[in-house]
Amino acid sequence: MTMREKIEEAAARYPDQRSAIMPALLIAQREHGHLPGPVLEEVADILRVERIWVYELATFYTLFHTEPVGTFHLQLCDNVSCMLCGAENLLKHLETALGIRKGETTPDRLFTLSTVECLGACEMAPVMQVGDDYHGALDVASIDALLDRLRTEAGQATGVDLAAAALPGE
Amino acid sequence: MFEPVLLKNIDVPGGHLLSTYEAGGGYQALAKVLREYTPDEVVELVKRSNLRGRGGAGFPTGLKWSFVPKQSGKPKYLCCNADEGEPGTFKDRILMERDPHQLIEGLAVSAYAIGAETAYVYIRGEYVTAIRHLEQAIAEAHAKGYLGSRILGSDFNFTVHIHCGAGAYICGEETAMLESLEGKRAQPRLKPPFPAVAGLYASPTVINNVETLACVPHIVVRGPDWFRNIGPEKSPGPKLYCVSGQVRKPGLYELPMGIPLHELVDHAGGPPPGRKIKAVIPGGVSAPVIPEHGLDVGMDFDSLAAAGSMLGSAGVIVIDNSTCMVKVATRIIEFFHHESCGKCTPCREGLNWVVKILRRIEAGDGAAGDLEQLDMLCKGIFGNTFCALGDGAAMGLRAALKHFREEFVAHIEERRCPFH
Repeated sequence: MTMREKIEEAAARYPDQRSAIMPALLIAQREHGHLPGPVLEEVADILRVERIWVYELATFYTLFHTEPVGTFHLQLCDNVSCMLCGAENLLKHLETALGIRKGETTPDRLFTLSTVECLGACEMAPVMQVGDDYHGALDVASIDALLDRLRTEAGQATGVDLAAAALPGE
Repeated sequence: MFEPVLLKNIDVPGGHLLSTYEAGGGYQALAKVLREYTPDEVVELVKRSNLRGRGGAGFPTGLKWSFVPKQSGKPKYLCCNADEGEPGTFKDRILMERDPHQLIEGLAVSAYAIGAETAYVYIRGEYVTAIRHLEQAIAEAHAKGYLGSRILGSDFNFTVHIHCGAGAYICGEETAMLESLEGKRAQPRLKPPFPAVAGLYASPTVINNVETLACVPHIVVRGPDWFRNIGPEKSPGPKLYCVSGQVRKPGLYELPMGIPLHELVDHAGGPPPGRKIKAVIPGGVSAPVIPEHGLDVGMDFDSLAAAGSMLGSAGVIVIDNSTCMVKVATRIIEFFHHESCGKCTPCREGLNWVVKILRRIEAGDGAAGDLEQLDMLCKGIFGNTFCALGDGAAMGLRAALKHFREEFVAHIEERRCPFH
């Protein structure tokens, strides 16, 4: 299905096209990785709604990215339960391991590192979301193993062994 | 002996599948109400059970349903609040991931009671597994005739749609959720009119939490007296408690409403070895913190309110004696500051000011008069905002300042954090 068809299918669930803007933005973001201006305008055109309505949603909700993010978006929860279980140290470790500060993307565009508000998985704190997956009960060793696995995955996808390549800060 | 019902399928392999749910008696409640009860009789049944909403406010569910006008000439909607953004809370995620049919049956019975043919489940976008399992369960239920047209041979038609949120805590506030469902920025609406009269698309709308809806099939099958006989008379029933933080066995526990907080912490294994409990947040970070000496309070709406806190989402966060309460308070206010929708000045500007002061104090740069300033700011925010977000922040900070003032004072006087 094309993006347009997916959006039109989602819009059929509502009596008002405006309601379909959020589902349409999620579909568009999955398709494009992030939501630059032309994509927002395309969504508005498909749904035949005011462009400003699409812009205001894309900038209000934190899951929508108007700027590009890395192949793997590491979203570490540092809200109270995760904080109590050591999220602060894990953030420092991630910053050192990746050679970037939170909010930044590695120069190879492989990782973006963010902290996020509660992921709703406090029973397995500290928790990090990477793409669709939650990783819980994290410690320094499991984070290192996860980064290695993601680098290997990316290497398989691109044909380059990124795990073997020295990254900034390592 | 208390028998868990809401979590009975949680640890069963394939608990999210229709076959598992049916094998445990699933969809018998739906069949029963369609065969034996009028919609009004279902509303009466839920009223008699005294089920109070599990989303935080504890409003009586049957009473809420009875506010829906019978002859408005507009379609009626049922919205399931599955946005679960309250830090410390994860019960709805687990219910949807591991037993989604329980929610779908609850939705169907509730929709029949209020006369709705369409429901939207507003679920937070981060919950990808829950979304997938719920989508799969909706498809299974359609194929088996539990959803769709002329359900189980009756005249009842009902469809469930999933609407994914996109990361805004305010969407858990019911009128902000409706704005978001209508494709707008999630900002709360003025009440009245209440959603039961003019909600989604200005039509009569009932908004219930996932756990509330999950209780409904059990009330139908086991009867309202069974429900009323669990826990305190004024807020009865089985309850899901999310326990996290500095505790040996964090997890989701189903126990009677009203269980003493210290017993709940014991169920979760108590504090880590060599530590002592310092405080517990009983209902997500909106709920005022309770110091260790107050832990004999019952975990129900009224007992916690009488103790100066609230049950909220029953997101119980345990804090041990190694932790700095100024840091905890700062992190909580940072959360509210980040999530303020920006509609009201006291919340938007006040929390920004509070965060700056708290960060200074925690960093050892506190000044004389800071605590009085924080007291003044709490007074300026509490009760002066459109929705409860500002109130939650102010109540949380007030409780921390009241019960752990000496820690704030120590930070200011010693010009450092005594815990670092």
